[in-house]
Amino acid sequence: MSEIKLENICYVYGAGTPYEIHALKDVNMTFENGKITGLIGHTGSGKSTLVELLNGILKPTSGRVLLDGRDIWEEPKKIRDIRFRVGVVMQYPEYQLFEETVRADISFGPKNMGLSSDEIADRVMESAEFVGLDESLLDKSPFELSGGQKRRAAIAGVIAMRPEVLVLDEPAAGLDPLGRESILSKICEYNRRSGVTVIIVSHNMEDMAVFCDKIAVMSNGENVMYGDRDEIFSRRDELLAVDLGVPLITDVAYELSRLGVPVPDNIYTVERAKESILAILDGKDGMAGGGTE
Amino acid sequence: MKDITLGQYFPGDSVIHKLDPRAKLLCVVLYIVMIFVASSVSGVLLALGVTLFLIIISGIPLKIILRGMKPILFIVIFTTLLNLFLTSGETLLLELGFIHIYLEGVCSSVLIVVRIMLLVAGSGLFMTYTTTPIALSDGLESLLAPLKKIKLPVHEFSMMLTIALRFIPTIMEETEKIMNAQKARGADFSTGSLVSRAKALIPVLIPLFVSAFRRADELAVAMECRCYRGDNGRTRMKVLKYGTSDIIFLIGGVLLVVGMILLNTFLPIYSLR
Repeated sequence: MSEIKLENICYVYGAGTPYEIHALKDVNMTFENGKITGLIGHTGSGKSTLVELLNGILKPTSGRVLLDGRDIWEEPKKIRDIRFRVGVVMQYPEYQLFEETVRADISFGPKNMGLSSDEIADRVMESAEFVGLDESLLDKSPFELSGGQKRRAAIAGVIAMRPEVLVLDEPAAGLDPLGRESILSKICEYNRRSGVTVIIVSHNMEDMAVFCDKIAVMSNGENVMYGDRDEIFSRRDELLAVDLGVPLITDVAYELSRLGVPVPDNIYTVERAKESILAILDGKDGMAGGGTE
Repeated sequence: MKDITLGQYFPGDSVIHKLDPRAKLLCVVLYIVMIFVASSVSGVLLALGVTLFLIIISGIPLKIILRGMKPILFIVIFTTLLNLFLTSGETLLLELGFIHIYLEGVCSSVLIVVRIMLLVAGSGLFMTYTTTPIALSDGLESLLAPLKKIKLPVHEFSMMLTIALRFIPTIMEETEKIMNAQKARGADFSTGSLVSRAKALIPVLIPLFVSAFRRADELAVAMECRCYRGDNGRTRMKVLKYGTSDIIFLIGGVLLVVGMILLNTFLPIYSLR
């Protein structure tokens, strides 16, 4: 639906004081329309600052944030409209729930948009379904829900604004493995169904490998790599150089190929690893017990 | 939001930094008494000299102390004007319609303003700039210890103070996070009438209270896990001890107060009534 482009973005905290920090240094990046982009980087690499620039919580010290080619700060008074178009789910969003019922909390965003109550009701149902929140939970207090359900409710609260770009800062942090998988696949499904541009911030390589189309890597306030998922994860040494790794299973495949096992070099998921290893084993059976091992 | 800094501790290594917090608290009391007693030009000059001397030996830049006076700017201006216009006397300096400005008014407003500024500078110097909040509440606990005899919960009071001070920055940070999250959902804190702005704070205050309670609960559990059981039988890592410089400062303080009273009696250059 929409594309977000960053042009020569710099951001400085505490400019002019002795505590000046250059959080972002000349970042150029395009988040492509309809794709899921994974933004990875170490703690302090500038990811969260970048997220807050995307919907105008922060204003860049220099440079421009373009939403479909238009500077979001063109009319500073209308920055709120930008926030409806670029939906941001902050880290640990469950701590922002405040209403008496889950339904009322999800309605908070649409209500601020000034929509009619029918429209709001529709959107609440729709977004609750998107995130996999059961209808029976909607009339409960958000404080009665489990951790994973709270997280879903908070994400639904942003989706209900029907943003053109959905940004999620560590959406799966602190959830159990099943909860992680479920939330991320819901987001993925939402992207495929609605065509919304999605940006996921994380430092979990495994998750990124499964769910993202594109990967952007940040280090020290700079965008050091950007490209298709396969391409980025094949640049293992560069990732290690910025203190990030590759998915564990990619490491396993890498070690296997060093030992002479002819695994392909684009393995990022356990599923794929299983397939290719089984294929190799099948091939060996056919060769009547020859070869190395 | 970030400008509200309560603990403006300025790390250093001066004599004042090293004073025992109890001595510092007592010094502040003496200092305040001295400022209140100083009601003549000679007295205020002496107080000014003492304060400047303290600032110099503390090694705190004058700029920082002046910056700390910003919050009282309004009070200073207000009292100046009040004294200037409302004090009547014998020497009329200016007459503009119903406004009469007397020499006495000018003198008293200058004296009062200098005293207010000295009061803030001096107490800030002893307490906020050179003492960590933790040391301060330890000192307070120790000074108030005699009140335990009449069953006042002195230790609990000081523990509450310590915890409150410790969590101010945390809660500020949290407030900002929640505000940003609600802004991302279109909350508007800066426009509209006073009532609607107050209402806009509900989505911030509720999550803030919830997390404050959660945090308090977690802290209580963590303290119990480390066998905290209040004051009974508790020993300290840093035991407070009076040193030579503490005694010198306290004696100096008492002498200054006495000196100030003598100065007022025998050399009242210009006295406030």
